[in-house]
Amino acid sequence: MDVVNSILQNDIQKKDTHKSTVVNKDTEIETDLGTLLALDYNALDLKALKSQPEEYLRSLTRDNVQILINKIWELPVERVDEVTVAKLPKQEFILPRARQIPKAKLLTKWQQFAKEKGIKTKRKSKSKVKWDEELQKWIPTFGYKRNKAIEQKEWLVELNNEGKAAENPFADAKAAKEERKSKNELQRLRNIAKAKNIKIPKVGLPTKEHFADSQQLSQAMTIARTSTASLGKFQDRLPKEKDAKGIAKQVPGMKRKAEEVPRNLQEEKKRNTNLADNILKSNTKILREDFSVPKTKPAKAEKSKKKGKKAAKAKGIKKPKAGKGERNMRRKVGGRKRR
Amino acid sequence: MKRLTEEKTKLVLEKLTKYIGTNVKLLLDRPDGVYCFRERKGRVYYVSEKILSLASMVNPDKLTSIGTCFGKFTKSGKFRLHITALYHLAPYVQHKIWVKPSAEQQFLYGHHISKSGLSRITENTPQYQGVVIFSTNNIPLGFGVTAKSTMDCKYADPMATICFHQADIGEYIRSEDSLI
Repeated sequence: MDVVNSILQNDIQKKDTHKSTVVNKDTEIETDLGTLLALDYNALDLKALKSQPEEYLRSLTRDNVQILINKIWELPVERVDEVTVAKLPKQEFILPRARQIPKAKLLTKWQQFAKEKGIKTKRKSKSKVKWDEELQKWIPTFGYKRNKAIEQKEWLVELNNEGKAAENPFADAKAAKEERKSKNELQRLRNIAKAKNIKIPKVGLPTKEHFADSQQLSQAMTIARTSTASLGKFQDRLPKEKDAKGIAKQVPGMKRKAEEVPRNLQEEKKRNTNLADNILKSNTKILREDFSVPKTKPAKAEKSKKKGKKAAKAKGIKKPKAGKGERNMRRKVGGRKRR
Repeated sequence: MKRLTEEKTKLVLEKLTKYIGTNVKLLLDRPDGVYCFRERKGRVYYVSEKILSLASMVNPDKLTSIGTCFGKFTKSGKFRLHITALYHLAPYVQHKIWVKPSAEQQFLYGHHISKSGLSRITENTPQYQGVVIFSTNNIPLGFGVTAKSTMDCKYADPMATICFHQADIGEYIRSEDSLI
């Protein structure tokens, strides 16, 4: 009887699958309740998938979700405020990360130094305002109100040096602040360059050599192509390769594009006024003002500790030479042994 | 009579801005007609439109000069102002130097101006600024380049050079043949 009953029940369930909570699968599906994940390893019914893809997929999904929910009901269930609640277990399935793990930020030069020396800054939670004893007032740490407060505080500056009486201490302070600001900016940019592995000079500002642009590349390409005995006449060009602009003077055999000639006097006048405007606007100083230019020293190669060793190392490369007028018995000198 | 190429025009205008600064626009944009630059045998002439059309009648080989000669291009490609440009520079110039009557002759003979010959100088003149030199009764005598800024002039010793000589009106006699 039991067997017959069970078969009958199965039959009823097969007819009316939407209402049943029992789902039969050939192979058990894998579930992870922590992440509410179900993995179905059963083979797809290709016929049904091709004939009625939407319906088939919907029913398949429904079945699998049903299994997942059945599993959740197996968990210990509580009732909190008229709502049935189940506590999910810890996740077992490890989800792969979508993006790369971000790299740690490189330390700035100061941070690195502080770390090496064990210097710790006393960083408390910085408040936006500070109590000023002199003015008996709360003063913000930055912004226009702080500057106004400082103006109020330092309306008079004592001059103790007679020789420097003519100078303006306010202007000096302002200039010094500008100097500090620009120094800080330079150091900030240096730190960025260091973090991004960009080469910059040790002293002074970077020039065009440090940041090569596409124009330089095309110039180099043009010069390289025309540097044959036949001035590049038989050299193939890359597809869409054009001659670099502005180097026609230096490259022999390259034709300069003729300048557009103004048609009448009005046009010429317009061109001239435009040129004058450009000259007046341009950043390049036509007038040499007396500003001081920091002199940059060429970076020296690191000196080896002992000169004698260096000479011995270079033995294989350079032609051996005698003492060069210096008599040094200890120094090992290459060359033929004379008897 | 050639039009100046863009590069050469730029050189000329740059040189003019050294002396007259933003006033260079006034030379180009004039209310009394269109003026332009023309080049012939390396000399640059500043010509009005009217004279230019008249000059087209003359055989170019026979033409000696036209308009005002502003200067010439040197063989190394630089532009050099001639004293003939003084008439157009003097009214627009931004920095001036006045010389004492005793030092006038020295300057007109082609010497630099020393501190002892200096009568007045425009305030805030930087170093190496193009200036026009005037006599005490405001007659333009020539032009040059300051060797010292106004501030430095105060503390310079009397024999120190204040202004380097570039051109003076004595050249009309001294180098008559090479001017045009």
